[in-house]
Amino acid sequence: MNLAQNNPIIELEDVTVTYPHHTALESISLAVREKEFVGIAGPNGAGKTTLLCAINGLSHILCGTVCVFGKNLFPHIAAIRRDIGYVPQIIACDPRIPLRVREVVSMGRYARISFLKRFSAEDRNIVEDAAEVVGIRRLMDRPIGHLSGGEQRKVAIARALTQEPRILLLDEPVSHLDLNAQAAILALIEKVHAEKNLTTIMVSHQLDLLPESCNRLVLLKEGRIVFTGATQEGLKEGILSRLYGCPVKIIRNGGGCAIRVGTHF
Amino acid sequence: MEILQYQFMQHAVLAGILAGVGCSLIGVLIVSLKIPFLGVTMSHAGFAGAVLGIMLGVNPLICAFIFCCLASLFIGPITDRADLEPEVAVGIIFSVMLGLAFLFLAFLPGAKTEALSLMWGSILAVSRFDVWVIAVSALVVISFLILFFRQIKTILFNRQVAVSLGIPERSIYYAIIFLSGVVISANLTTIGGLLIFSLVVNPAAAAFQIAYNFKNMCILASIFGVSSCLFGLWFSYVFNVPAGAVIIISSSIIFSACLALSPKKKLRHTCCRNE
Repeated sequence: MNLAQNNPIIELEDVTVTYPHHTALESISLAVREKEFVGIAGPNGAGKTTLLCAINGLSHILCGTVCVFGKNLFPHIAAIRRDIGYVPQIIACDPRIPLRVREVVSMGRYARISFLKRFSAEDRNIVEDAAEVVGIRRLMDRPIGHLSGGEQRKVAIARALTQEPRILLLDEPVSHLDLNAQAAILALIEKVHAEKNLTTIMVSHQLDLLPESCNRLVLLKEGRIVFTGATQEGLKEGILSRLYGCPVKIIRNGGGCAIRVGTHF
Repeated sequence: MEILQYQFMQHAVLAGILAGVGCSLIGVLIVSLKIPFLGVTMSHAGFAGAVLGIMLGVNPLICAFIFCCLASLFIGPITDRADLEPEVAVGIIFSVMLGLAFLFLAFLPGAKTEALSLMWGSILAVSRFDVWVIAVSALVVISFLILFFRQIKTILFNRQVAVSLGIPERSIYYAIIFLSGVVISANLTTIGGLLIFSLVVNPAAAAFQIAYNFKNMCILASIFGVSSCLFGLWFSYVFNVPAGAVIIISSSIIFSACLALSPKKKLRHTCCRNE
């Protein structure tokens, strides 16, 4: 696998990640350039979340190197994590937890504020701006446990934005949401990617819901990359049928597409 | 209030206030981290250490503190490295400490009065030195909470999010476990090994039912803890009953009242409702 030219912002070289009883990623090499929007997809257990977590050091890397912003990950992990906004898949949230939305959104600033420094007016403005961009201003005084799934996702995105990151990692940001909420979250992700000039990497099960800005697709199967290239090049019936091990039909409609699985088309 | 002119009562009141604050604040942390059983484990670790101290002729407080430190050194790493649920790791250490406590009791020569008195404590017999020890432990917990308030809130919300933000969550998590041992060993002789768990958990659990703000939860828990201790002292003075038992019963009554009046009770079985 060739690494991309022109100083990629993220470089994984021959990375293997293992868990106690299986190998989640095997010899992964991947380069992501600045301001790219990369979609990661694949069957269950392919290693999508693990790949995302390898970038911010949350995965246990057995061998290989991960470089972010031109630096090797682990000696500089704390500094690198400050510039990576991470939106995990689902955060199980006790509805009684004594935290309000404003506090949870503000947690992203903690990455930027040094140990004994107080929360400044500038920090507060950044928090409010992030809430405004994401559209959760009216929710800021609510207990975090009282929010719906879609609202919780928006809060997680706002939290990531308060870090003022250069890279945004999103793990299945629209899973378990209804159609309206999916559309709202995807529109928000496209907006922040463009407005904040971010490098965005998004894991998604639903290939037909990848935002238009997503210009590169990485397909994983059993811990290995089986395709990386332009999104439209990856959304081909042959490639997806081999990836998922079942017949896949792609119905293209204007700028988008619908993906059907099965034998009855 | 002529009783307050007596030194033993002044010490008892001070110890009650400081124990109420220290135990409640550490309780807020372990209740919020969903490891309330840590309080039982630490109290039994402290009890085992104190009995060993009596056996060896060493200050029981020092041995209690050492055993609590040992327990805390095991609980955190076992949780993380053995991939066990925290409560399982806590339960394993609890059973080890309980076994050791009974073993040391069996080997203790003569009457075991001093050792058994550690089970229910004696707040009315607290010395000036004991008050200082309790004060220092309370101050350490308060300082820890103030210094690491932002980081603690993040860890309570989600440990993985805390790691992703560059917060040293493992160190702070282990520090909370260690501090629970410090507070419990400091209060062992006054509140007692059997009862201290209740003073750690009840006020915090009561505050959890009411507060939607972490700072308010800490303040409320402290108020509940101090109230329980002062009410217990007053009641024991008026009716000549064991102070420790009344302290625990009053903290349980406070919890029951908060549970009954809780605005959160309808949410107990809901988690992240979808749109």
